[in-house]
Amino acid sequence: MTDTIQAAAPAVPGEGGFVVRLDGFSGPLDLLLHLLREQQLEIADIPIATIADQFLKTIDQLGLNEAADYLEMAGRLLRLKVQMLLPRHGDEEGWEDPRAELVRRLLEYQQVKEIALWMEQGVERRAARFGRGYLPPAPEVPAAPLTFELLELLQAVERVISGIATPVLHRVVPRPLNVEAATARIAALLRERPRISWLDTLGPKPTLTDVLSTLLALLEMARRGMVRIVQPAPFAPIVIASESIDPTH
Amino acid sequence: MNPLIQLIEAALFSAARPVTVEELAALDPDATAADARSALDQLRETYDFNQHAVEIVELAGGYQILTRPQFAAALERAQLHIRTPKLTAAALETMAVIAYRQPVGRAEIEEIRGVSAGGVLRTLQERGLIEVVGRSEGMGRPMLYGTTMHFLEMLGLTDLTDLPRADELTIALQPPKPLEAEDDDAEASVPAES
Repeated sequence: MTDTIQAAAPAVPGEGGFVVRLDGFSGPLDLLLHLLREQQLEIADIPIATIADQFLKTIDQLGLNEAADYLEMAGRLLRLKVQMLLPRHGDEEGWEDPRAELVRRLLEYQQVKEIALWMEQGVERRAARFGRGYLPPAPEVPAAPLTFELLELLQAVERVISGIATPVLHRVVPRPLNVEAATARIAALLRERPRISWLDTLGPKPTLTDVLSTLLALLEMARRGMVRIVQPAPFAPIVIASESIDPTH
Repeated sequence: MNPLIQLIEAALFSAARPVTVEELAALDPDATAADARSALDQLRETYDFNQHAVEIVELAGGYQILTRPQFAAALERAQLHIRTPKLTAAALETMAVIAYRQPVGRAEIEEIRGVSAGGVLRTLQERGLIEVVGRSEGMGRPMLYGTTMHFLEMLGLTDLTDLPRADELTIALQPPKPLEAEDDDAEASVPAES
């Protein structure tokens, strides 16, 4: 069996790396059909255990065992092999042949191959008849010398220049939110005083970014239980208290 | 000679593609499609009888003047014509699936052939043998492929019904009854019912 396969497609030398020898086979189904045909086995009654082993051996020999499509089929075959070994439950009637899906695919693929062969013959027959309008492939000739008017050149330059975007010399990048710094500042303030007001947490002349950073920092600290945010009365200034000290509320 | 025959000869000679009967009938305002058809037959017989090197071939829904196959070798030797490059087995199989299942998506093609099809589909599209004919309603709205006019011309077919029907192929598609797969989903068979 090994001999015949090697005759069909000689094995590649056993070296590592990505070796794909697809010659002769247009896919894992094709290889399976080849193995079955070679041993004159019935598609409808595949000896899965034998075929699975032969498939693995062949893709190893041909260096196909790194091609995903072949590996996927190898996996399917091994699973089928295991399923066939499992004891059958119930009577013969209710037994689902696990090979059914593979058999269906093989038969379908065999038909596709037959149609492909038919098409190849059709293409072959048609290719032997020529119609009008044949243009031979252009020979490799150097490009003709350019001939143009000065005005055309200037217009072309104009077109190119107009297409160039105005260069961006400087771009102001808005300062991103800095929640870490705001957190550190609030923590430092709270170490000095256990209770601070919301306005204290903002530095002098806060920017919009500072306000947002501080707000996010406060909310995050409150969520983690590091601070407690209290508003004694409606519209009263918000008080931030260090959580370690019990706020007098 | 019947003037319509001459008109048709002129049209077929000058066209580099198959010409439909309707187009041929339009050559003469008084001619019907039946007139054009009978004139075509007469022209074909003239070519055959006089052993012309060209013949009238029905192709891709029309008619075209093509050289007879026995002159192919000489024409190629003189480099007056070159055969189109052969298609690979993968390309032919992919075309076979598309021809019978169209409109068909890439996933189904790959399922039937057991290999990925991206590269082959691109090649076939570049050669004008298949085209995107729509999008599936399914997940991701995948593109659906179908064969082109050029596909028919390349295979020498009049239309898709020239493809062999499932029962004309030597292999029966349906597996024997007891092996009927339970999850026999949509892709049950190549169309072409008997």
